[in-house]
Amino acid sequence: MKEKAKILDKENISRAITRIAHEILEKNKGTESLCLVGIRNRGVYLAKRLADNIKQIENKDVQVGALDITLYRDDLTLISSQPVVHKTEIDFDINDKNLILVDDVLYTGRTIRAALDALIDFGRPKSIQLAVLVDRGHRELPIRADYAGKNIPTSLKETVEVHLEEPDGKDEVVIVEKE
Amino acid sequence: MIDPANNLDEVCDILIDNGKISKVAKNIRNGADETIDAGGKIVMPGLVDMHVHLREPGREDKETVATGTYAAAHGGVVSVLAMPNTAPAMDCEDSVALLKEIIKKDAKNNVFICGAITRERLGKELADIAKLKNAGVVALSDDGASVDDDALMLEALKQAANLGIAMICHSEDKSLSNAGVVNAGFTATRLGLRGISKESEYKRVERDIRLAEQAGVKVHIAHVSCKESVEIIREAKKRGVSVTCETAPHYFALNEEALLNYDPNMKMNPPLRSKADVEAVKKGLIDGTVDAIASDHAPHTENEKEIEFDRAEFGVVGLETELAAGISELIDTGLLEWRELVKKLSLNPAKILGVNKGTLSVGADADIAIVDPDKEWIVVKKELLSKSKNSPFLGRKLKGSVGYTICAGKIVYKG
Amino acid sequence: MAWQKKDLLGLEELTREEIELILNTADSFKEISTREIKKVPALRGKTVVNLFYEPSTRTRVSFEVAAKRLSADVINIATETSSVKKGETLIDTGTNIQALKADIIVVRHNSSGAAAMLARHLAISVVNAGDGWHEHPTQALLDIFTLKEKLGKIEGLNVSIVGDIAHSRVARSNIWGLTKLGAKVTVCAPKILIPAGIEEMGARVTYDIDEALKGADALNVLRMQFERDESAAFPKQLEYFKNFGITGERLAKAKKNIVVMHPGPINRGIEMSSEVADGANSVILEQVTNGIAVRMAVLFLVAQAAESKKDENTH
Repeated sequence: MKEKAKILDKENISRAITRIAHEILEKNKGTESLCLVGIRNRGVYLAKRLADNIKQIENKDVQVGALDITLYRDDLTLISSQPVVHKTEIDFDINDKNLILVDDVLYTGRTIRAALDALIDFGRPKSIQLAVLVDRGHRELPIRADYAGKNIPTSLKETVEVHLEEPDGKDEVVIVEKE
Repeated sequence: MIDPANNLDEVCDILIDNGKISKVAKNIRNGADETIDAGGKIVMPGLVDMHVHLREPGREDKETVATGTYAAAHGGVVSVLAMPNTAPAMDCEDSVALLKEIIKKDAKNNVFICGAITRERLGKELADIAKLKNAGVVALSDDGASVDDDALMLEALKQAANLGIAMICHSEDKSLSNAGVVNAGFTATRLGLRGISKESEYKRVERDIRLAEQAGVKVHIAHVSCKESVEIIREAKKRGVSVTCETAPHYFALNEEALLNYDPNMKMNPPLRSKADVEAVKKGLIDGTVDAIASDHAPHTENEKEIEFDRAEFGVVGLETELAAGISELIDTGLLEWRELVKKLSLNPAKILGVNKGTLSVGADADIAIVDPDKEWIVVKKELLSKSKNSPFLGRKLKGSVGYTICAGKIVYKG
Repeated sequence: MAWQKKDLLGLEELTREEIELILNTADSFKEISTREIKKVPALRGKTVVNLFYEPSTRTRVSFEVAAKRLSADVINIATETSSVKKGETLIDTGTNIQALKADIIVVRHNSSGAAAMLARHLAISVVNAGDGWHEHPTQALLDIFTLKEKLGKIEGLNVSIVGDIAHSRVARSNIWGLTKLGAKVTVCAPKILIPAGIEEMGARVTYDIDEALKGADALNVLRMQFERDESAAFPKQLEYFKNFGITGERLAKAKKNIVVMHPGPINRGIEMSSEVADGANSVILEQVTNGIAVRMAVLFLVAQAAESKKDENTH
C-alpha cells in the first residue's frame, strides 16, 4: 500500500467539523433532544470533537456514546481476519432523541446498516442522522450521509485512511493505493 | 550376512537345499533353481518373536493365525510364540490341539505355542502342565495377568523347569496398578487419567525373581518397561540367578509424552514410561541385561481402540515394525551393533524358548530375512498386513525394510 | 493477535496472549447482558449443540444462555434421552450432529480426552465443557475473569485452590490459566487428594488450610465430589469440614479483602460455611454472571475461527 494523496490536513479537518457542528444545530434547531453516537473506533473521537464544538457554540453539553458494531456485521470475516470486539458504551436513554451517528468514512454503507441494527436494540430514537468526515462513494445499500466533511471520488483499488491525533498522533485524511 | 550364533558378520552366500541351509561360503556357484541377489542388503536369521497375540481361536475379528503370520513375515519374523489368552485359553491339551490344527492349516511360518500357567489364567488352580508339555507347548505364561499366589507360582516354576519349558512372567501386581491407563506421575496428572505405578511392575518382577531364585530354576520376565525393573534384573543376574528378560520396541522408541493428545494407539500395558525409563531400557539392551526384543503384538479392532481413552483396549501391534524400530532407534543412533540387535531379535529368544531357530548354521532350518537397512518408509494403515492397525508408529518414518522372508526354504514374503 | 483455533479444549495449550484475548473479548460481551434487549446477532443462523454425557444444569444452562444471547439456535442433548443410551459411540454421535450441519458442539463427558477425540474427528468446532478429570476451560476462564475484575490484575497474585485436586478438572484448568498469566498458585487438600507431579504444573502444595490461606489474595474452593467417592480412605464429610472447611473464623485470619470463589453448586457445611458463602468476600454469584460473558466470548471466537477457515478453503 502506498500513499497517493493527502486530501485533508489538520486545518481542513478542523473546519469541516466546525461546519458540521453548525449544520447539526441548524437542522435540529438547537441541542434539545440531541445526542451523538460515534462508531468505534475513530467515529467516537469525531463525535467527541463535535460535542466540544457544540459546547463552544451553544454552551450546552450533548451526550456522547460509543457503538461497537463488530457483532452486527453481515460478514464475520470482513476487513481483517480478526474483527476485534470492543465495548459499546451508551449509558443514556436514546428513546425519542435525535441521534447523530458519527463515522469517519462512508463507503459501502454496510457499517451504517449494522449500526442501525445495533441502535434499534437500544431503543427508539425520534430520528437517526448520519455525520461522516469523508464520503467516498460506492454505496452498496440505500444509505446516505446527512452531513459530510468532504466528498471524495475514489476507485475501488484505493483506500481512504483517516488519521486522528488521539489514536494516530496526527490529523490527516489520505488516499492509499493497493500495490 | 549376520549370524550371531556363529559369530559371522561378513559378505557371504547361502545355499538352501530341501528347506535347510546346506552351505555357507563365499561365492557359491552351484547352479541353484532360484537365486536371490542380496547385494547391499543384510541377511539375517529369520526373527523369532517370543511374544505375539495371534487372537485365534476366539477373536478372529482382530487377527488370525493366517493374517498374523503373514504380518510377521512382512516384518522379517519367521517364528512366533503365540500367547495363551485366547478363547478357549491354552490351558489344556484339547485347546492346544485345536490351535495346532489351525496352525497346520493356516500358518505362513513357524508358530510355537505358549500354554497358560493356571486354568483360564485366573491364578487359582494350576493347569496340568505335564499334559500341556505333551501337547507341545514350549513355554508357559498367564500373560495379561500374573499369578498372585506365591505358593502357586513357586510350584508352577518348579514344574516348568522339570519339564524343560520356559516360564514367561507378565509381572504386574494388579492391586498396585490402580486400574490405571497411563504411567503414574505428572503425565497422568496433566491428562487427568489414572496412573499405573512403576511399583506395580517392579515389585512383581522382584517377587518372580525371588521365587525362581528360591527354587533354583530359570525365569523370563516379559515386556520390561522401567528403570527399576532393569536394575532388579541386572542385580539378579550378577548374583547368578537364571533370569532372562525381554522388552518391546515401544519401550525404547517412545515415552509417555506420546500420550499428550490421548492417542489410544499409544495405550498398552505396561504403559509408556518416562524419558529416564527409556534411557534405562536402552542401557539394559546395551549391557546385556535385556536379552531379547519381542513385539507383544496385540491386535485390536478399531471399535475397541478408537473410543474414549480410558475405555480403549490396551495393546498395540508390532510384528511389522519391530525390526525397523530397532534399526531406527538403536543401530542408527550407534547404541547397538547389528550383531547385537539381530541376536536380541532371533538367537536369544530362540535359546530362551529352547527351540532350534535363530541361526544360519549349516543344517539349520532355512529361516532367513533379507533386509534393506537404509530404506526409509512411513508406517501407514493400508500398508500393514495385520488385520488390526493399532500401531503406535502410524505416521512415523522408520528405517529398514524387509525384502524377502524365507521360511524353511520357501519365500513367504516378498517386498 | 487473532484467535485461530476452531476448538477450545483446554487452557494447557493456550498462550498467555490467547487467554488475555478471551478475557478482553468477554469484557466487551458483559455489557450486552445489562441491556434491555440482551441479544446481538453475531451467531445468528448458527446452531450450537450441548452434548452433555454427565448431569449438569448450571454449565449447560450457562452455555445455552450465552448461545441464545448471540442469537444462535441451541439444541440440548442429554445422554439419557438420546440414541447414546442404545450404545452409539461418541464419535458416531459427533459425526451425526455434524451431518445435521450444527456449527459448534459443547461437550461434557466423564472420560478425560473425550473433547480432544471429538475435535480430532470432526470439522466443526468443539468446546470442552468438562472432560473427566482433565480440563474445564470455560470455568477457569470465568474464575480468572472474576479475579481480574475484583483485583485489577492476575500477575503476582497468590491464589489458593482447596478441595479434591486429584479428580478436579476445574483445578487443572485454573492452574494452567493462572500460572500462564503470572499468578502464584497453591493447592491444598488431604494428601490422598493431591495428585502426583502437580508441582510440575506450577503449583505449590500444602496440606494445611491455614497455610494455604496465609497471604492468599484469592481462594477457589472446589466441590467435594462425593459422587465420585471410590476408595475407603476418602475423608468423611464432617472431618473434611473440620480440617479444610472455609469458615468465617478461618477466613478472619486471611487477608481482609480475600476473594472467595466456588464453581458451584456449594455443599454448605462441607467445603464452606453458609456464613462464608453468603458473606462479603464471596463472589460466587458474580462468577455465574461472568460465566455468560466468558462463554459468549468463547462461542464467538471459535465460530469466527471456523468461519475464517471455511473462507480460506473457498478462496
